[in-house]
Amino acid sequence: MKFGILVNEGPFTHQASDSAYQFTKAAIEKGHEIVRVFFYHDGVNNSNKLADPPSDDRNLVKLWSDLAAEHGVELIVCVAAAMRRGINDDLLAAGFKISGLGQLVEAGIIGDRLVTFGD
Amino acid sequence: MALLHTVNKSPFERNVISDCLRLAKDGSAILLIEDGVYAALEGTSASDEITRRNGSIKFFALGPDIEARGLSEKSLIEGLTLVDYSGFVDLVEEYNSVQSWL
Amino acid sequence: MEDFEDDEFDGPIKKFMYVNRKAPYGTVYALEGLEVVLITAAFDQDVSLVFVDDGVFQIKKDQETTGINMKNFSPIYRALEGYDVEKICAEKESLESRGLSEDDLVIPVEILSSAEISELMDAQDVIVTF
Repeated sequence: MKFGILVNEGPFTHQASDSAYQFTKAAIEKGHEIVRVFFYHDGVNNSNKLADPPSDDRNLVKLWSDLAAEHGVELIVCVAAAMRRGINDDLLAAGFKISGLGQLVEAGIIGDRLVTFGD
Repeated sequence: MALLHTVNKSPFERNVISDCLRLAKDGSAILLIEDGVYAALEGTSASDEITRRNGSIKFFALGPDIEARGLSEKSLIEGLTLVDYSGFVDLVEEYNSVQSWL
Repeated sequence: MEDFEDDEFDGPIKKFMYVNRKAPYGTVYALEGLEVVLITAAFDQDVSLVFVDDGVFQIKKDQETTGINMKNFSPIYRALEGYDVEKICAEKESLESRGLSEDDLVIPVEILSSAEISELMDAQDVIVTF
């Protein structure tokens, strides 16, 4: 099956990004295809390469980047939401790309399921 | 066509589960995740609403979220099934569409 | 994959439902949710917009936001028809419990019962809640 994933909240403040990450990882392990992970609203903050959480806690930005590197998962950050929140290309962690809302709609069209994680 | 609904808020903080139950059809499933797992506790002011639909709606809770919050399996509503993230993926596959109650 | 331009889109048409549950201004979800609705319509998809719970407050008339220095986006709901988003409904129970009637709304909507909205949701391919 093809899954699209929508992440509406940033790292740490809400569990949304963690839940989305665990779900995405489980889906990949079961052999499903991830169309893309789309980050909207404060979810764009999951792409910030300056994130530097304590070393004894998970680094969500890095976890997402690693998922992209190991499994080719497309991580898309919404351009309009990013601009509002001061995320630009210079700040993007590895594996993240900035693109338009059309990518979210397309994930809904070509995917079999779209799962949203948020507040 | 049957839906999978996900609820991630504690019923004591924000009563999303009530709103979800109002609109969830018989034959659908509700998966409690994140703080939503507190709705899985039996004997609380929130549990009646869920137990009333037991049998017509399938209730699930995400095991890792239950454990994280120190809730015991024995303290959960009868008839509710625990799943892990792999089970969450299976549920999404099984049901036609997912509605996340945010 | 490249973005489709709306005049060259000839892919499948799916039923997208956008469920608005939150009041405007206290959080960003209403405004940014509306932006997704408009883009989906531009992709020629079968879009339904549903207002339930506090979402019904998004379409309440007489919003005047100068005092809070935020953009009043309620006029955008009037533009939806121009984007071919015509399936717009509000839940009767949500309106009534908030003391609202059809006359209080900034656009005409179909007022449906919980049971009717339930049926509508069941028929969708994609449901996104903001």
